[in-house]
Amino acid sequence: MIEFKDVSKIYHTRQNTINAVDHVSLKIQDSEIFGIVGYSGAGKSTLVRLINNLERPTSGSVYIDDVDMTTLNGKALRTMRQNIGMIFQHFNLLWSRTVRDNIELPLELKGLNKAQRQQKADELIDLVGLKGRETAYPSELSGGQKQRVGIARALANDPKILLCDEATSALDPATTEEVLELLLKINQQLHITMVVITHEMHVVRKICQNMAVMDTGKIVEQGAVLDIFRHPQADLTKEFVQEEVNPEKDDTKVIVSQLLEQVPDGLILKLTFHGEQAKLPIISEMLKRFPGIELNIIEGNIHQTQGGALGNLYLQLVGEQTLLTQGVAFLNTMRVDTEVIRNA
Amino acid sequence: MRDPNSFASYFNFAQVNWNNLWSATVETVWMTLLSLVFVFIFGIILGLLLFETTGKHTAGAVILNKLTAIFVNIFRSIPFIILIVLLIPLTKKMTGTIIGPRAAIPSLIISAAPFYARMVEIGFHEIDAGVIEAAEAMGASRLQIMWKVLIPESLPAIVSGITVTGISLIGYTAMAGVIGAGGLGNLAYQDGFQANQNAVTLTATVVILIVVFIFQAIGDFAVRKIDKRAIA
Repeated sequence: MIEFKDVSKIYHTRQNTINAVDHVSLKIQDSEIFGIVGYSGAGKSTLVRLINNLERPTSGSVYIDDVDMTTLNGKALRTMRQNIGMIFQHFNLLWSRTVRDNIELPLELKGLNKAQRQQKADELIDLVGLKGRETAYPSELSGGQKQRVGIARALANDPKILLCDEATSALDPATTEEVLELLLKINQQLHITMVVITHEMHVVRKICQNMAVMDTGKIVEQGAVLDIFRHPQADLTKEFVQEEVNPEKDDTKVIVSQLLEQVPDGLILKLTFHGEQAKLPIISEMLKRFPGIELNIIEGNIHQTQGGALGNLYLQLVGEQTLLTQGVAFLNTMRVDTEVIRNA
Repeated sequence: MRDPNSFASYFNFAQVNWNNLWSATVETVWMTLLSLVFVFIFGIILGLLLFETTGKHTAGAVILNKLTAIFVNIFRSIPFIILIVLLIPLTKKMTGTIIGPRAAIPSLIISAAPFYARMVEIGFHEIDAGVIEAAEAMGASRLQIMWKVLIPESLPAIVSGITVTGISLIGYTAMAGVIGAGGLGNLAYQDGFQANQNAVTLTATVVILIVVFIFQAIGDFAVRKIDKRAIA
């Protein structure tokens, strides 16, 4: 387990002081993928560097299992770091080394002999799907391939923890998907704890079980990814969730206002489905029970998360007021989250 | 008799003693290469020292950085011809002589190493800080970072730097030659200028140019070979 206990990191510049990390307490369980979301400058990168002590906290402690990382120095710290892999936004490969030699670097640092290094590198090249590219130099690889080398290199010492610092932010959407799939596969096969720093909610939704949202050094919200997607509390979290779940929010607003103009007596509903519900024919069930209700679908979407499917549906219901109230009550009994956007 | 100042006198190659020319060439190349080896070693050590102590806040690092910087800046700034005179007592102590190629070596090293150290330092600063951070995150020690990251990742700069330094060293050896260090500079001055044999001066010049061009070509070739940053 990784545990932050009231950790702060303060930078002093000539002009002012910056609270990069501000009294953060956080627990990350073994074998989970934990996401930390925030805009750039929120302090995520500093936070993740406190784990392997690339940054030292101004106050507080960071524990990995029972070891207080902040007390380690010299050899003890370097040995501990060998158990923590790290991948980066810009890959940070050595251009002077081939794929294979980049992957072998951590093993060289540890002092393994050539045969041991080669065997481990072969396994990793297989794992990340780079067979046939062993002798290529980084300049000959695509972004996705470079990150695969980065991942293989980070796994060379069989770490317990993998830190991912905006690992997909420099990649195009298709490559991002591939890299995320690879990280999921590694988490499932090797049970490595992963801490994923990102500004893309999409990444968290796709691979994380638990998450925290960070703003100006503080954790403003944390919990299970599915819960946060369903019921975001903080304004910033709502913004992130909205961006991911429904990027065309403004379009929906326009459609809703147009519909309201056309059918002033309609009831506009936002339904949120999750898990198994997303697969059930709940709407048609409601229509069967209340044939007097007329229904327009304004917009809908469905997303897969590690906790199950998550869907949003915007509906317009037209009919007698009592019937509509019964309809909404029925939806609630089916445990669908309903939100009345406008009740004309 | 021909006029020793005529244009044609430059081409009176009968004046050239080819044996002398050959041994002078060997002396020049030998002085350059031997001092270059020391310049390379000291330059890298000084460059690492400068790089590692820059931006650190511990008292030791600050002092070491200042001392190294002062040493480098002073010896880089002294004109070579003055430095060689200034160092005559030291040269005598170290080599037992103040004439001949051997006597030129200490001043050649002391003048070129600080110059090269700065180029090495610049090469280290051009390395992406993220790459160094990645090595730290792997648990690399400072020494491992120097050996496995800093030097290999800045190798093109290190090699092109030593090429440039080597070429200015060839120039320095010629200057040292004038005050008795031997080599092509000495030949051009004594057998050429002072003996009014313009053809000797011209030949020595051409040979120095050839040596410089060969040096540059080897350096450029090596850089092209090592540099894997661009797609071939």
